[in-house]
Amino acid sequence: MGYKTLITIADITNTEEKMAIEQILKNYHNENGNIISILQDIQDHYNFLPSYVLNLISRELKIPLSKIYSVATFYTQFSFNEKGKHIITVCDGTACHVKGGPLLRDYISTQLGIHPGETTEDKLFSLEEVSCLGCCAIAPVMIIDDKIHGSLTVRKVNKILNTVKKSEAAEEGSQ
Amino acid sequence: MTIKRRKLLICRSTGCNSLDAAAVHDELVKQLKERKLVDVEIKKTGCRGFCEAGPSILVQPDDVLYVHIKPKDVTEIVEKHLMNNEVVPHLVYMDPQTEGFVPKMDEIQFFHKQKKITLEHCGLIDPENIDEYIDLGGYEQFEKCVKESKNYEVIYDIKSSRLRGRGGAGFPTGLKWELCAKEVGDVKYVVCNGDEGDPGAFMDRTLLESDPHSVIEGMCIGAYAIGATQGFIYLRAEYKLAIRRFDIAIKQARMKGFLGKNIFGTGFNFDIQLKKGAGAFVCGEETALMASIEGKRGNPRPRPPFPAQSGLWGKPTNINNVKTWATIPHIFSMGAKEYSNIGTDDASGTVILALTGKINNSGLVEIPMGTTIRDVVFDIGGGIPNGKKFKAIQIGGPSGGCIPANYLDTLMDYKTLTELGAIMGSGGVIVLDEDTCMVDLAHYFITFTQRESCGKCAPCRVGTLKMLDILTKFKKGKAVMEDIDRLKHLAEIVKKTSLCGLGQTAPNPVLTTIRYFRHEYEAHVNGKCSALVCKDLIQYEVIPTKCIGCGLCAKNCPVNAITGEPKQAHLINPQECIRCGLCIVQCPSQAIRKINATQQGGM
Repeated sequence: MGYKTLITIADITNTEEKMAIEQILKNYHNENGNIISILQDIQDHYNFLPSYVLNLISRELKIPLSKIYSVATFYTQFSFNEKGKHIITVCDGTACHVKGGPLLRDYISTQLGIHPGETTEDKLFSLEEVSCLGCCAIAPVMIIDDKIHGSLTVRKVNKILNTVKKSEAAEEGSQ
Repeated sequence: MTIKRRKLLICRSTGCNSLDAAAVHDELVKQLKERKLVDVEIKKTGCRGFCEAGPSILVQPDDVLYVHIKPKDVTEIVEKHLMNNEVVPHLVYMDPQTEGFVPKMDEIQFFHKQKKITLEHCGLIDPENIDEYIDLGGYEQFEKCVKESKNYEVIYDIKSSRLRGRGGAGFPTGLKWELCAKEVGDVKYVVCNGDEGDPGAFMDRTLLESDPHSVIEGMCIGAYAIGATQGFIYLRAEYKLAIRRFDIAIKQARMKGFLGKNIFGTGFNFDIQLKKGAGAFVCGEETALMASIEGKRGNPRPRPPFPAQSGLWGKPTNINNVKTWATIPHIFSMGAKEYSNIGTDDASGTVILALTGKINNSGLVEIPMGTTIRDVVFDIGGGIPNGKKFKAIQIGGPSGGCIPANYLDTLMDYKTLTELGAIMGSGGVIVLDEDTCMVDLAHYFITFTQRESCGKCAPCRVGTLKMLDILTKFKKGKAVMEDIDRLKHLAEIVKKTSLCGLGQTAPNPVLTTIRYFRHEYEAHVNGKCSALVCKDLIQYEVIPTKCIGCGLCAKNCPVNAITGEPKQAHLINPQECIRCGLCIVQCPSQAIRKINATQQGGM
């Protein structure tokens, strides 16, 4: 890839993307304690951290790329791989663990044909596992697209997955 | 017909929201509007702690709590309770022991033995409206401290309340403040540690979602006592609702002049900035947390120097947990002396526990220090569901330990729990029944700490991995008897030599399970998992007399390990079976069971 990855703002043609990056550059300076917030904003927009964006931010804000990567690789929130349209986060906290969370994770895993940390080939679903969502009283728990579902059973999970799949199929049909 | 003036308090915290409280809320608003019931006010509140019963509505002033409410139940509540002053019996809490309905919230066993101080406002006020907090005397204590007390007087009060840090280690809060106040520096910081990473703990999230202003007021008082001008709150990024509500609270406090420059016209300046974590458990450790706020990798460092001497950007810094900060205003409003009278000699006041796992009433409870485990599990918690036998509690998360049934009458405070090998920690209590395998639980926690180890020091980085290797051998039935002592020895070394709190406490789940449940480790050496959890040691079988031959199990088996003719008893091939347990869930006649792999099939 070499220098080809050195994209500048002028190279970005998508207006939405351009605005998002300009907003980040406007909001932050190379100040103490900003790297994590910058990375969070990038990930909010893209769902992951594209290398050309990190590169661009590094040059614009004069933060060494090594410093950016040292932070980005430490925290589990950050991902370098593109994620699916729907992100499923299964909780494996202690309460969820003793109440059958692993069974649900395995079920979703077989249904979607992916392991935690992976994304389906059609880029529709990503499966993730998290240590605790802090909703232990309604364990077992999972999140789909930022909505928390509690007191889960295999049947409930099935219903939720089918609803998402159906809405996707309907969307595709209408196009 | 006259309609009584009433308030309906609907919980809109994460727990109830996930059980679709929003739909119930919308339906309520709609019905009140349709029926023009203008004297009834709907209030969106935080969590009352009884998450098991969500979504819930508290009707005031009657103090009647409706539980497990679905949108279709709303009509009945409106027509009977609001319009005819009749309680709807089948929608209130039913006591599982007496099978009687308990309409009044205070009379429900779950609430009866609690003593709410820190959680006093939770579930009663709208967390997004600062005026409701002010109406209950909010920010009065802060004003009094700043206007009427010298900073050392504030510290003296906290010292005499005997408050100990609620984050886990239990360091005396007053002493911590004093150490930081004595340091000389042009800039000082206070930090609120809201990086609640312990699996099984959600009290910080609840407090921030339900009563954010008590945390802010606590931080303001602390900042005044120490002489800090800037505060930070470090919050887990996963806690989206808590982040949103705290952000609103900061803005409202600024508008009212409780944060900012020249507060109450006294010349005291203080403001708070919110920092989001990025998913690293180690950042709950104070030196790692400070590194993360500074925007670096969250690696811990050795102490001394302590944060009071050299904290954020090298300046004197005081870090307390969310619960500690939230307790401060309550101590001043009830009086330090009175607060110190609650609890035991070892610890004053109350402790908040997150009660979860195999328990009837899961949720958030606040009890005086020194309450017995029995009271918590069997009175407040309502015992174990499905007639199962109580086995142990696990307290303190991955840093804590297991306490078995024969210590049920232990009084809970920092000292006694530490003596038993566990810790109070953040206060997450997971109740375990006979279906929990203690080896699997130890394996679960070490998997967690191994993954979260930052890798800086070798004892934690390598030690947790080696412990995990040995535990995996047990789970697979490949361990030998010597491995038990080998594991114990290794755990003790990791405990003694690790750099930070994560490594120093990571072996606790292993050490306590060996101490109290050694026989389960021995059984695993002999190829038996008595709780039937460890996949390599069990198999699934169909009970032929119960099987109705419906074929649901075979249809749902992901690896086609189940065969059988329609209406005939089916058979599971143990070589093909991956022990996922789906067939048990699908079976309509409970004809599938787990057995030890060494055992022969049959009835």
